[in-house]
Amino acid sequence: MPRIAAIVPAYNEEESIASVVNELHSVSVQNNLDIVIVVVNDCSNDSTWNLVLSLPCVAINLPVNLGIGGAVQTGFKHALQNGFDFAIQIDGDGQHPAEELPKLILAQQRNGWNITIGSRFIDKTGFQSSTLRRTGINYFKHLIRLLVNVTITDSTSGFRMIDRKALQLVCDYYPDEYPEPEAIILYRKNNLSMGEVAVNMRQRQGGISSIGGRASIYYMFKVTLSILFTFIKTNSKKQAR
Amino acid sequence: MRIQVLAIVSSLLFLFYIGALIIKGKLREEYAIMWIVCTLVLVLFSFWRDGLAIVSKLFGVFSPPNMVFIGAIFAILIYLLHLSVVVSKLQEHTKTLAQEIALLKQKEEKKNA
Repeated sequence: MPRIAAIVPAYNEEESIASVVNELHSVSVQNNLDIVIVVVNDCSNDSTWNLVLSLPCVAINLPVNLGIGGAVQTGFKHALQNGFDFAIQIDGDGQHPAEELPKLILAQQRNGWNITIGSRFIDKTGFQSSTLRRTGINYFKHLIRLLVNVTITDSTSGFRMIDRKALQLVCDYYPDEYPEPEAIILYRKNNLSMGEVAVNMRQRQGGISSIGGRASIYYMFKVTLSILFTFIKTNSKKQAR
Repeated sequence: MRIQVLAIVSSLLFLFYIGALIIKGKLREEYAIMWIVCTLVLVLFSFWRDGLAIVSKLFGVFSPPNMVFIGAIFAILIYLLHLSVVVSKLQEHTKTLAQEIALLKQKEEKKNA
């Protein structure tokens, strides 16, 4: 049975973190999965850390705030160093329901993908996000297909399962801000296989999104730029070899 | 004449201040080199008054003060860019260090538990 690290980055998630971890724990017991929950507290300034300490999980506390990318990468490093076969990223705000986890694992086992992404937009069930966001995600779908010839309907989904090959890659380099779409380019450029599986997501259970209003314009711009730069960077690296 | 004295005095003072900062260990030498070179240029031109006109003519700049502005703005831009590079590098280092500390702490606490 593969050993799986469930990485939960948490920044000021005191309202939801306990239920997220407890749900994950019970799902892994029910399905007889070998899952270790790793919560990375990204220097929260509420009671998140105190809550985490009493939960059934590995608790990692960052001394300074690194942002989502840095926090998730810390979890990846823990998974790589401790010999886990897979890492699954699960948001601390309750967007990713634990009961969808077996779907990811099953799809990975059936297809042998290096990266398995949970997508909201295959079955179009569950929380579908706002029209504006869907437009943005659609745009990324086309951009990614144009660059690396793979169709990812939900490129911003953080709900993904990656194997050791991908782990080695992201421990080396992982973007700080809004890392998900950029990581797809990184994986594909390193010839890793990936696929999507339909999952349901919920509306966030607490806290506030890092993307909204004026920030969404910055988001689109920043992610487009970093996608292009990652594309060029990995190209020139290959030629240098 | 008065402006020349003022220029010489202030650029020399600046040079001494940079020297003092290096001695006290508040400024690393690699950053100081840039400042020393810039200040030496200032000192040079405050002594050599015709120099500015000659150099401007050399570069085909019509009025010497414009030459000063172009040179100064260009140098500042380059230096700002350099500082951004340094800050990016530092940020990368801080991130790696923070992650290492967090992972080590977790390992240590597991050992003690």
